[in-house]
Amino acid sequence: MVIDTRTCIGCGDCVVACKNENKVPVGLNRDWVVEATRGEYPNLETEFRSERCNHCSHATCVTSCPTGASHHWKDSNIVLVAAEKCTGCKACIAACPYDARLIMHPDGYVDKCTFCHHRVDQGLDPACVSSCPTHCMHFGNLDDRDSVVSRLLRERRHKVLMPETGNQPHVYYLT
Amino acid sequence: MNRREFLKVSAALGAGTAVPAMLGGCATRPLPGSGEVTTTPTVCNMCFWQCAGTLYQEDGRPWKVVGHPDDPHCDGRLCTRGTGGIGAYDDPDRLRQPLLRVADGDGQRFEAVSWDEALDFIARRMTAIGEQHGKDRLALFSHGDGGKHFQRLLQAFGSHAYAHPSFAQCRGPRETAFGLTYGEGVGSPDRTDMANSRCIVLIGSHLGENLHNSQVQTFTRAIDNGATVITVDPRFSVAASKSQHWLAIKPGTDMALLLAWTNVLVNEGLYDRDYVARYCSGFDKLTAHVQPYNPEWAYLETGIEPAVIRATARVMAGNAPATLVHPGRHVTWYGDDTQRSRAIAILNALLGSWGRPGGFYRQEKVKLPAFPAPPLPKPSSDWKQTVQGDFPLVSTGISNRLVEHSIGDDAFIKGWFVYATNLPLTLPGATEQIKAAAESLELMVVVDTMPAEITGYADVVLPECTYLERYDDLRNKAERTPTLALRMPAFEPRQQSKPAWWMAKQLAEKLGLGRYFPWPDYTFVLDWQLKQVGSSLAEMQRLGVKRFARKTRPYFDDGEAIRFNTPSGRIELWSSLLAEVGQDPLPRYTPPERPPPGFYHLNYGRAPAHTFGRTINNPQLFELMPENTVWVHPSAAAVHGLVSSGYVRMENPNGRRSNGVRVRVTERIRPDSIFIVHGFGHSDERQRLARGVGADDAALMHNVKIDPVMGGTGMRASFVRLVDDDAAPQGGLT
Repeated sequence: MVIDTRTCIGCGDCVVACKNENKVPVGLNRDWVVEATRGEYPNLETEFRSERCNHCSHATCVTSCPTGASHHWKDSNIVLVAAEKCTGCKACIAACPYDARLIMHPDGYVDKCTFCHHRVDQGLDPACVSSCPTHCMHFGNLDDRDSVVSRLLRERRHKVLMPETGNQPHVYYLT
Repeated sequence: MNRREFLKVSAALGAGTAVPAMLGGCATRPLPGSGEVTTTPTVCNMCFWQCAGTLYQEDGRPWKVVGHPDDPHCDGRLCTRGTGGIGAYDDPDRLRQPLLRVADGDGQRFEAVSWDEALDFIARRMTAIGEQHGKDRLALFSHGDGGKHFQRLLQAFGSHAYAHPSFAQCRGPRETAFGLTYGEGVGSPDRTDMANSRCIVLIGSHLGENLHNSQVQTFTRAIDNGATVITVDPRFSVAASKSQHWLAIKPGTDMALLLAWTNVLVNEGLYDRDYVARYCSGFDKLTAHVQPYNPEWAYLETGIEPAVIRATARVMAGNAPATLVHPGRHVTWYGDDTQRSRAIAILNALLGSWGRPGGFYRQEKVKLPAFPAPPLPKPSSDWKQTVQGDFPLVSTGISNRLVEHSIGDDAFIKGWFVYATNLPLTLPGATEQIKAAAESLELMVVVDTMPAEITGYADVVLPECTYLERYDDLRNKAERTPTLALRMPAFEPRQQSKPAWWMAKQLAEKLGLGRYFPWPDYTFVLDWQLKQVGSSLAEMQRLGVKRFARKTRPYFDDGEAIRFNTPSGRIELWSSLLAEVGQDPLPRYTPPERPPPGFYHLNYGRAPAHTFGRTINNPQLFELMPENTVWVHPSAAAVHGLVSSGYVRMENPNGRRSNGVRVRVTERIRPDSIFIVHGFGHSDERQRLARGVGADDAALMHNVKIDPVMGGTGMRASFVRLVDDDAAPQGGLT
């Protein structure tokens, strides 16, 4: 997922779209928006970031899960939780450097962003991406050199959050 | 005792059942969309932008609303509020049956009554007002699609007075100013062609925070295309954070900057000579008029360096005619708002952007015939002359004037219908006036989906069903591509709520005016209208949105001869109509008032999660943004010992205080100003999420400046100080 901070306005549409699409219970969120302002009036910069699970290649939540509930989906980097295997031990919550896992779904398992794999399976973008009124979010396959996300990362300056963890996160922010 | 005691919609009457229980049971949950999915077309009603969308249900339960891909208002993407639209349907605090004010011992209360009882009561009161004072004495306040049914009803009865607060409290100055200059207004959706702009100039317009869907989409597309953005705002708005040039102007001095830019364009010969010669009148008078307003003069007023003023003027000229000096939308600020909007219209004319790609396009709508009905009776009096005769250039109602003419025994207006507009939070500083009007009026009918402050003054409250439960008129707005969109019910109306067309027709029949509503059901009107343009209700129920071919071109052709709808037939830089009514034919600068010691400019604005106060109680949107905060610069925070997340109250010079509201200490605001998002601070107990949370800016406005041209209410001349005693929340956060 590639998110352009130059056009993100921090409106939170991604948050509401996710909650509806995935029927996320009241009080819990799989994604959220961060505002970061630097400088002193009037020399200022403000960056908005829509944040969520980074769907890491080296996902510490997957390696820390004692039951195998946390796993990579279909050999992709999409990290899912198999609810029927989750015991709610919260090892993954402690292991995630991004605080991206919901504390606990009321049904008794740890929930999180799925990159809307049920939509991706049908060739659709995740709900957050397809709802964004600024078109600042992009989703695709980084192994495909011709995909929009590959092109954006080739052409634009970008960053990931906390690269030093070594988790190899896959939510990229264009700056 | 007051004849009209303020009533709260009681728990037994207003509240629905609790929020449905969480999904429960088995550990493996089915993937979303794996059940039986059905879809229904809709037109969003979460704000006034009217985007077309699709409501999805899964296994008979509401699932989501998404934008319609063929719709030019949304291009397949709804905004935050539209995406949260199911929350309006689901809100457990909705009005659910008609309510009638009745005496109860020494006091009054609302009693739940049948539709027949409620409408009979209204018909009796209307008849009595008609007999005693005349049939021309009712007024309609309206903000929304169903209002026109009540307008038709009142006109059939003989009352033509109406007002949309979107005029005198919002975009009236710009519509008036562009009308005076170009012979037509900006319209809604705004005819701005930002997708093709090379330079966009925003004057206090915080695009992005006001999430006007296609505007924001085209604004961000312009950023993607590398357009230069110049934002003029005392606050580091979201738009300012996207700009190459942020001009951190002193509050209230925008006119000085606009005149200085005009001075530079004229004196440096940077204006579009051919366009001005071909289309404009009054250029020589303008040239002479702006001579004193040079950038050095403007620097002293605005705090913006002369070099910056010159450089930005040159950027604007360098990208012309694809330079849009954005007209803004909510522009009732300082009282000289029509004149400031005129200065913006004049700048656009000098840049040649009106009618050109990247500036303003020509709008077109579908020619949709009206359903055959007997002609409405002619008005028996000239209500505009009576209520607002001192504003001869205004052709629509001025809401604050209608309120003033509803106070006292000899007031012209004797009854109100209030449709979907919460006047106490809408009209600035008008709490006492609305109370006084309520004391004088002989009938007040409030039609809404939710209880709100205005319902407390009503004699009768009529519960409307939400947009997801009703038909409304076809959406047919003048825009880039003529398009029709259908709103139809996805759900049965909850409880006893009803659509506006049904209420108006029932009431008409009780008043013997049924002939003006000659259809059994509104689907007949829609189907008949659609068949006149080669479609049908059945087709629209399938398509949701239908585009039609343009008959005019969206831009002026090179050298095209155009007659503008102004007295001279030209773009009037010097306004003959303003001269005729004794107003300045060219805009002048008036320095703003400065706050007294210890006070701050009260600046307010929008947030993308909410539409004014209308959506605060929507459970989905409340969760995203449950309260507003007062933005305070660190230096001001230090003076008052304030920290982020602590509570404070705002107090105006008359001693009126706000609720306790959380502080946000931020560099994004000037040290002499505070900023707060409008729409919070609800007091109605039955909005169980919104009540008591955050602060209301409108009630604090003590220095409302009336626009001498169009009668609007300037809302940015008020001041507050910060007081922190007993500021902790009064409850409400439940």
